[in-house]
Amino acid sequence: MFQIVNKRELNSAVTLLEIEAPFVAKKAQAGQFIIFRVDEFSERVPLTIADYNREKGTVTIIFQKVGFSTNLLASKEIGDTISDFVGPLGTATEYEGMKKVAVVGGGVGCAIAYPQAKALHELGVEVDVIVGFRNKDIVILEDEMKAVSTNYYLMTDDGSKAEKGFVTDKLKALIEGGNEYDTVIAIGPIPMMKFVSLTTKPYGIKTIVSLNPIMIDGTGMCGGCRVTVGGEIKFACVDGPDFDGHLVDFDELINRNSIYKEREGEISKDHVCRMDKLAKDLIQ
Amino acid sequence: MANMSLEKIKMPEQAPNIRNKNFEEVALGYTAEMAMEEATRCLNCKHKPCIEGCPVNVRIPEFIAEVAKGDFMAAYKIITSTNALPAVCGRVCPQESQCEAKCVRGIKGEAVAIGRLERFVADWYMANCNETPEKPETNGKKVAVVGSGPSSLACAGDLAKAGYEVTVFEAFHKAGGVLVYGIPEFRLPKGIVQKEIDTLAALGVKFMTNMVIGKVLSIDEIIEDMGFEAVFIGTGAGLPTFMSIPGEALVGVYSANEYLTRINLMKAYLSEYDTPIRNSKAVAVVGGGNVAMDAARCAKRLGAENVYIVYRRSEAEMPARLEEVHHAKEEGIEFHLLRNPVQILNNGSGQVCGIECLKMELGEPDASGRRSPVPIEGSNYVIDVDTVVMSIGTSPNPLIRSTTKGLESNRRGCLVVNEETNQTTREGVYAGGDAVTGAATVILAMGAGKKAAAAIDEYLKNK
Ligand SMILES: Cc1cc2nc3c(=O)[nH]c(=O)nc-3n(C[C@H](O)[C@H](O)[C@H](O)COP(=O)(O)OP(=O)(O)OC[C@H]3O[C@@H](n4cnc5c(N)ncnc54)[C@H](O)[C@@H]3O)c2cc1C
Ligand SMILES: Cc1cc2nc3c(=O)[nH]c(=O)nc-3n(C[C@H](O)[C@H](O)[C@H](O)COP(=O)(O)OP(=O)(O)OC[C@H]3O[C@@H](n4cnc5c(N)ncnc54)[C@H](O)[C@@H]3O)c2cc1C
Ligand code: SF4
Ligand code: SF4
Ligand code: FES
Ligand SMILES: [Mg+2]
Repeated sequence: MFQIVNKRELNSAVTLLEIEAPFVAKKAQAGQFIIFRVDEFSERVPLTIADYNREKGTVTIIFQKVGFSTNLLASKEIGDTISDFVGPLGTATEYEGMKKVAVVGGGVGCAIAYPQAKALHELGVEVDVIVGFRNKDIVILEDEMKAVSTNYYLMTDDGSKAEKGFVTDKLKALIEGGNEYDTVIAIGPIPMMKFVSLTTKPYGIKTIVSLNPIMIDGTGMCGGCRVTVGGEIKFACVDGPDFDGHLVDFDELINRNSIYKEREGEISKDHVCRMDKLAKDLIQ
Repeated sequence: MANMSLEKIKMPEQAPNIRNKNFEEVALGYTAEMAMEEATRCLNCKHKPCIEGCPVNVRIPEFIAEVAKGDFMAAYKIITSTNALPAVCGRVCPQESQCEAKCVRGIKGEAVAIGRLERFVADWYMANCNETPEKPETNGKKVAVVGSGPSSLACAGDLAKAGYEVTVFEAFHKAGGVLVYGIPEFRLPKGIVQKEIDTLAALGVKFMTNMVIGKVLSIDEIIEDMGFEAVFIGTGAGLPTFMSIPGEALVGVYSANEYLTRINLMKAYLSEYDTPIRNSKAVAVVGGGNVAMDAARCAKRLGAENVYIVYRRSEAEMPARLEEVHHAKEEGIEFHLLRNPVQILNNGSGQVCGIECLKMELGEPDASGRRSPVPIEGSNYVIDVDTVVMSIGTSPNPLIRSTTKGLESNRRGCLVVNEETNQTTREGVYAGGDAVTGAATVILAMGAGKKAAAAIDEYLKNK
């Protein structure tokens, strides 16, 4: 059992949990993830390690409520326990030789981009952070990102805060403006990572993306997380989740991630009863 | 006077058209009367050929003689002196190529039903004897066991009985290895596996789930930082293989590992579980082993109308247990034999709509005397399916060997061990089961675990 020791609602859809998991905390590195299960009936769901505290033995995760399992997790409170929390999984990001990096985060992807920016910052690398949100109400991790970046650029789709436009507009402007990034790290919705990769390609800037295919074990035993990179099959849970954005077949990934779309709708319906019951248990 | 009937006492089973809609056990087991009756078919042969057929040398005629007398407790003691998991082996051993293959009664008629009798004895014991084993006095030495499949369970059990403090580290959230994530409930009820695990826990074995060794801890850290004096690696052969044919990335293509894990470990067939699985009407399972039969029979039970086995050789070469092939056919699985998939077809929106196969014929025998299949040009045809399950084999996961210095493996990724002791190329580190042999059987894995336990005991006594 793994206990929740801290909880913060970052916006109406994004939750931060700090969870006691000493073995994971001891080994965690930026770019790695965990898989959690809330209880015996739950799916196994992957989430990036947003932060960790080796002394306290805790790991922080930041996630968006998008469906049944993320809502179930978000319904847990400080002091509650969840049944499973396994990690650290995946390969840590390689920062070898990086001097000036643009970290691009889209939406909840910022939670995944944050530990990368932080790790780079701690290594003394110059980090420009470009983040994009639909509107001002859902901006997350502003102070945290500012603290670990050389320059922080905030974009909103509707212009309700800071600059109006997409992260790709800003990235292109910065590159054109003479910023010589040796690497761009892009994390967010798949279409956003695809367009960042297309943006950097003409300039030949190495671009790392963090892929989020559907996973179950996270150890390389199911092949469900397979992605095509440079024409080869890779298992994102062990070979990634970081890959060279110029080689990833994003359209295939978008298609594969749609497999349970209908079923997920049904599950949410089926599970209204389970959610209700859980809620009642909580009240009693 | 022995019972000279040419046939085994029939095993009561659920009817095919009922069982292919539920996940309850197919074979219901002998009653005491049936077991005693079947036991009288054993001739108690002097040279005991059956024993040689069993990889762990269960003293077959001896235990069967006790069954015939009705002394099931004595039978149980005899079996468990060499076999740690009789309730499992009685159900899943390929008896027809092991113990029963050597039975003299098989020369004319059917062999003695050794597996069914073993199962009966083990089930009888579980139902009638609730004594929890006593925790032996500890000798203060710690041994780590990585993985919790049959090799690990057998190794942990023997070491615990010898007084070692054993901790099992398992990557999944539940212990049991293939016995829980691969083999379906209708062949091996999970309650049986859980009982074995509970027994080990009562003996003092600690189970730490959610621990992916090689990630959260390395073998070296287990030894150096955590004070374990020896390690057994029983991590199996769980890495799935794909065919590298066009269409394998389409929505609706699963590895058998993923398909079976969702169903068996994560209970996708029970509505109270959140696990999603594809709602399939027609499923092609590629392969001819136990894994393929299990995937096909699961697909049928989940409601697919048409389920096909596509296998590149003929039925005689199928590695699956005879009983599973027989059961699959009874349940309405259709076999496309001597057929090889060449591509999986896209319905235009990224989903599977068919599998294109090539017919094969058996060619001239090769150097090994085996006739290998050769494609018949232009014989392509399409089977309409919305789901494809690839079940063409697995190999050992590289995670541990790639994170542990000095652990040698062979070309196929299997750990190299000393055949006498199952020690790896690292002192104090032992291995067994599928991680060493590649995908094999429960009984071989169990035997390897027992052998390693004896060697570890020897090593630590002399250390
Ligand atoms: C390596 C990795 C790291 C991730 N890190 C984060 C993170 O830090 N924060 C965050 O908010 N999200 C993260 N995700 C995505 C997160 O796993 C999904 O949002 C979550 O699984 C949705 O589950 P659900 O039941 O709530 O929603 P559902 O309604 O079941 O699914 C919504 C969508 O999530 C995806 N999804 C569903 N099940 C899985 C699964 N088992 N594995 C992966 N994706 C799935 C599918 O695209 C699906 O369409 C990460 C995914 C991966 C693979
Ligand atoms: C679907 C299916 C059906 C089968 N049917 C039969 C049958 O009818 N009869 C028969 O005799 N055999 C059958 N087999 C084969 C048999 O199950 C295996 O040979 C046997 O289980 C191997 O045992 P093992 O102990 O080596 O490993 P496994 O049972 O494979 O267990 C290995 C365990 O190690 C864990 N692990 C892996 N890596 C790590 C790590 N890094 N850290 C921690 N834990 C880890 C895994 O999660 C797993 O739980 C079948 C196999 C499958 C897949
Ligand atoms: S363990 Fe397997 S091979 Fe040995 S006697 Fe029992 S069923 Fe036969
Ligand atoms: S070979 Fe058959 S008949 Fe002979 S002892 Fe063994 S089980 Fe009995
Ligand atoms: S999640 Fe199963 S292989 Fe990656
Ligand atoms: Mg879900």
